[in-house]
Amino acid sequence: MSNNQLNPNLWVDKYSDYLFNFTIVRVNDSEITKDLISETFLAGLKSKDNFKGEASERTWLISILKRKIIDHYRKINSNKVKAEVRITYSNEESEGNWLEESVSDPYDKNAEDLILNSELGTAMHNCLDHLNEKHALIFKMKTIDNFDTEAICKEFNISPSNLWVIIHRARKAMADCLNENWF
Amino acid sequence: MKCEEAGHLCDRSQYKEASFWEKLKLNIHLLYCSACRAYTKNNIKLSNVFKKSNLKTMPLNDKKDLKEIIHQEMSK
Repeated sequence: MSNNQLNPNLWVDKYSDYLFNFTIVRVNDSEITKDLISETFLAGLKSKDNFKGEASERTWLISILKRKIIDHYRKINSNKVKAEVRITYSNEESEGNWLEESVSDPYDKNAEDLILNSELGTAMHNCLDHLNEKHALIFKMKTIDNFDTEAICKEFNISPSNLWVIIHRARKAMADCLNENWF
Repeated sequence: MKCEEAGHLCDRSQYKEASFWEKLKLNIHLLYCSACRAYTKNNIKLSNVFKKSNLKTMPLNDKKDLKEIIHQEMSK
């Protein structure tokens, strides 16, 4: 089966949110995320003749992105060698185990949460993929970015009742899809 | 109130855009309408799952930049 084709003009609209979520949980910095995704797209364009159509476009882009992320890890790790470790506290009032305190991060998600979340994220992206492109965009702006109804209506030149019809259909489709694949 | 309106109010309340009276009207409707109760239950579940997933979108400006980069590279 080789009927998958690349369509770089649609990459940003179709995959940028998916790639963004995939990267941000791994590098935790939106600027670096943007750079890695842009490198991914450029590498994809350069090697687009090697695409055999056996995988989906998204899977193919993710495989390039994964390599970019690993390269990024390598780069920051080689910088770490030069980093200086300060053992003493900056003032006398603080006591305790400096090593443990500097290593543990109570606000950090544990590994299980991260895995669960990335699986849930994948399930949600798969369901979002089934929505009509424009509807998905509007739904995401409203639900994830919390844009005002008014702002979205202006951006897409639609009436509020149009917007709510789109939201209603999208929510119904998302709930059905997640009921089948996640809940 | 018709189910269509109840569904609409339920959607709006997911985005905290339903007024007190609208929510009251919705809740009265839910007392006797099991179809809308089911819809509301699913709808709340969907809102929670979005909260839990911590899903993000790429900022619009970044998307524009990336589109530009791809466009330039393709026209080379």
